[in-house]
Amino acid sequence: MPESSLEIKDISGSSFKCGTSPMRQFSQSSLLPLRVHRNSYMLSAFCTEDNMQECLSHINQEVSALGLRPVWTESGGSSELNVVAVLNSMYDLIQLHRKGLRTLEDMEVEQLKSSSNVDFLQLTNTRLKEQLELSKRENTGLLERERQLQLKVKSLQNCLKNEKEEVQKLQNIISSRAIQYNHDMKRKEREFNKLKERLNQLLVDKKEKKQAIEVLNYIGRADGRRSLWKTVKTEAKHEEEMYKTLLSDYDNRQRELVLENTELRKVLQQMKRDIVTILSSRKPTPKGEKNEDGIIQVDSEEEEEVFDSSKESIELSCVHAREKLTNSIRLQWRRLKSHVERLDSQASLAQMGERTNVDAIPREAHDEEMNRLKLEIQQCKDFIHTQQQLLQQLSSPCDEETASLLNDCYMLEEKERLKEEWKTLEGQRKNLEKERRNFTEAAIRLSHERKAFEEDRATWLKHQFLNLTPFADPKKPPMSKSKSAFSITEPEASAASTSGNLDKSQSHTTFSTAKCAPVKSPSAADLYRTLRLIPENSTAKPKRRISCVQESSVFRNGDVLVQHKQWNDREDPRSHTPNEEKNSSI
Amino acid sequence: MNFSEVFKQSNQLCRVSPDGKYLATCVQYRLVVRDINTLQILHLYTCLDQIVHMEWSSDSLFILCAMYKRGLVQVWSLEQPDWHCKIDEGSIGLVSSRWSPDGRHILNTTEFHLRVTVWSLCTKAVSYIKYPKACQKGIDFSRDGCYMALAERRDCKDYVSVFVCDDWHLLRHFETETQDLAGLEWSPNGCVLAVWDSCLEYKVLLYSLDGRLLSTYSAYEWSLGVKALTWSPSSQFLAIGSYDEKVRILNHITWKKITEFEHPATINSPKAVVYKEVERKPVVANDDLSLHNITMSSTVFNTQSKYEICPPPVQFPVVKPDPDRANPKIGVSTLAFSSDSRYLATKNDSIASVVWVWDMQRMSLEAVLEQTSAVRCFQWDPRRPRLALCTGNTKLYLWSPTGCVSVQVPAEGGFQVQSLSWHSSGDSLMLLGKEQLCLCYMDTDQEDK
Repeated sequence: MPESSLEIKDISGSSFKCGTSPMRQFSQSSLLPLRVHRNSYMLSAFCTEDNMQECLSHINQEVSALGLRPVWTESGGSSELNVVAVLNSMYDLIQLHRKGLRTLEDMEVEQLKSSSNVDFLQLTNTRLKEQLELSKRENTGLLERERQLQLKVKSLQNCLKNEKEEVQKLQNIISSRAIQYNHDMKRKEREFNKLKERLNQLLVDKKEKKQAIEVLNYIGRADGRRSLWKTVKTEAKHEEEMYKTLLSDYDNRQRELVLENTELRKVLQQMKRDIVTILSSRKPTPKGEKNEDGIIQVDSEEEEEVFDSSKESIELSCVHAREKLTNSIRLQWRRLKSHVERLDSQASLAQMGERTNVDAIPREAHDEEMNRLKLEIQQCKDFIHTQQQLLQQLSSPCDEETASLLNDCYMLEEKERLKEEWKTLEGQRKNLEKERRNFTEAAIRLSHERKAFEEDRATWLKHQFLNLTPFADPKKPPMSKSKSAFSITEPEASAASTSGNLDKSQSHTTFSTAKCAPVKSPSAADLYRTLRLIPENSTAKPKRRISCVQESSVFRNGDVLVQHKQWNDREDPRSHTPNEEKNSSI
Repeated sequence: MNFSEVFKQSNQLCRVSPDGKYLATCVQYRLVVRDINTLQILHLYTCLDQIVHMEWSSDSLFILCAMYKRGLVQVWSLEQPDWHCKIDEGSIGLVSSRWSPDGRHILNTTEFHLRVTVWSLCTKAVSYIKYPKACQKGIDFSRDGCYMALAERRDCKDYVSVFVCDDWHLLRHFETETQDLAGLEWSPNGCVLAVWDSCLEYKVLLYSLDGRLLSTYSAYEWSLGVKALTWSPSSQFLAIGSYDEKVRILNHITWKKITEFEHPATINSPKAVVYKEVERKPVVANDDLSLHNITMSSTVFNTQSKYEICPPPVQFPVVKPDPDRANPKIGVSTLAFSSDSRYLATKNDSIASVVWVWDMQRMSLEAVLEQTSAVRCFQWDPRRPRLALCTGNTKLYLWSPTGCVSVQVPAEGGFQVQSLSWHSSGDSLMLLGKEQLCLCYMDTDQEDK
């Protein structure tokens, strides 16, 4: 029983410590001989017949020392061994032993672990030590460098200070020198002036080589007047003239400015009108939006009011009107800007929405569509393939049977077609026949009528003959007249039509004066001229454009205005002709 | 395009009379007056010494010949060849001589700018103007000839005197806010006087005719400033070229800067047309290549040239100025408006082989002409927007908005065009070589196209 329970325990232990099971086996195997040895020893040495008592007592002591119940009690005086107690204690001992063994094993494992741990720790320790060494070395290096840098900074600071001092010194020197130089310059200039004076005096005083003018005879002034004495009057006149020229200059300048201003004002007005039209055109659409924020609505009312007042200001063109104008422009500009911004944001929003929509739809529809299209493509491909096959069959020299069959087919088709044609032709022939019959009938009727007419005429002639002179012949003239009239009118009409055409072409190309003489048929030269005018027209266009560019550039830099006027005048003949041509063509 | 035969001249003294009828040339100490059409000699005057300066009077009736070394001025009359006038400045010396706008007075500046002497040919009267300043442009007459502005220096301060040319009455006299006035120039309408400071300071002052300061303009401080200045013929623009290689355009209403034109060594903008002059050997049979080139039959040894249109970016050769020398060759030194104020031609001294043409309407670069050598001189046609330029070689170059042309001057012995000037009608062009002169006639019918 205990053995088996032990085994179970063992098994459970081994199952517990799977990792250490080989170790255990090893320890057990090593322990086995030891035990055997001990047994043999015990048998041989420990207990003999002689010292049984002592052995017992010893064992007893040992057992009690181990905290077990004594194997043998001397109470009874008999030295009988209590077998039960011995067995119990033996069992306990064995238990103890097992436990001891187990703890030993555990300890060994533990020891192994710790030893490996120690190894590892030692390793890490050495490594860390190395690192420490390294960082210590680095640290000292850095410290050294820092020290050096600090030294450098110190020296540089010193240098800077020195330089600053130097600069200050130099500046002082420069300024003092400049002062000195200016002073010297002034002194020298004064001396120089003195010298000049002196020289002047000397030269004037000098007798032998004086300044002189030799003129054969005096010449009159360019304007023919005699020179006037200098009087207060002349002085005043000079002043007057000076101010006159200044005034005229200011006048000119003012005129230029006024001109420029009016131009600019025109542009401003136009811009304003454009803005207003843009704003008013968009008004009906975002009305609901406007109701959301009342500020804009107020703004718009205000704007209209300002606009009305500014309309008057065009005529007034005084200071406060200008202010109003600019204010209104500013207002509208702001509104336009906000409008554009709103549009922008709307557009971006719409784009976003679209994108999301686009993203939402395809997941299902896209694939469907794709599949459908793929299918279609496949079908088309198949179709093409079959067609190709058929074509090949047709083109390739197929066997005569099929060829004859095909030919027969074609013949049949042809025949049928011919039959149909025949039928239609037959129908047409019948119609013709009918018409002819009608015609003959009409002819017969006509002949009858003519006969009647003839008879009528004969009677009328007879009547006439009887009434009037025999020489009058009223039969021919009406016939010839009608004929001639016809022959005349035809060319006239054609001529009229052609001239009309030419007129049209002329009015398209030539100046408006060409319109005045439409009856005269144009000669070939005229035609060529008109034809050549067309390319001239086209070449003239860019020139016009250039002048436009000039105008626009004038607005940019107002200073060129007068100049631009001159150029415009010069450009006039060129720029005008295309305009006129355009007008005439319109 | 036709060319006249070559005439001799000296000191590049050749002037067409203001009425455009006569051509006066100086050969050593002789003054030759020719008819401009026939080129026949009409008059020949002999001066006392080699002529240094020659000038027509405004009415084309008199010619002034100055001999500065001798302090002499001789005046000749076209109507009366016997008439003569000699002005002797004596020992006081002479550095400059000029006509007054009425053509009846002569203004002589004495040596050391001691004074300006005004000699009247009508009354033999002499008047002096003291303290004239020696500077870039110290005297300027208004376009209508009414007023003269004179820069003065007294007590180390700059002043401007405005005289009425009629009777030399001093109209205005005012101090200017300049350190060292460098020049003054009337606007073409005669109402505004532009005054600029020396190159040490960028400062342009604008005075009204009555001496009021209208405006002051300064683009920057400390570095070298204004190098050249010019008015547009319409008086609307004032173009200021400066040492920072820019041209600034002021307007005539607020006198503020409208724009500035830079002159970089590379052009990246595709808007401007870059014409590059390309030389090639005359041996090559060409014709198909010479789109913009009218090559004249000329001496065999002359290289021919034509213009090619370069696509951007284009790099120009830049000459770095010597920093150790005064008046560095950098900055815009030459500016010229076309007669209709539409175009402005400029030259940057550090890129001397390039002329820039700006469109004043678009305020942008219109065209760039890159020559093979440094541009000596350029001038606008007084009637049309047409620019003529020369580079000291045997060719004449013309630019107009329609294109660019290089023309070989068909004169023998290598006529090198040093300078040029248009006839007032714009139909002919006077080309000046070192000691020669030649007239170039434009094809008028071709121009009408």
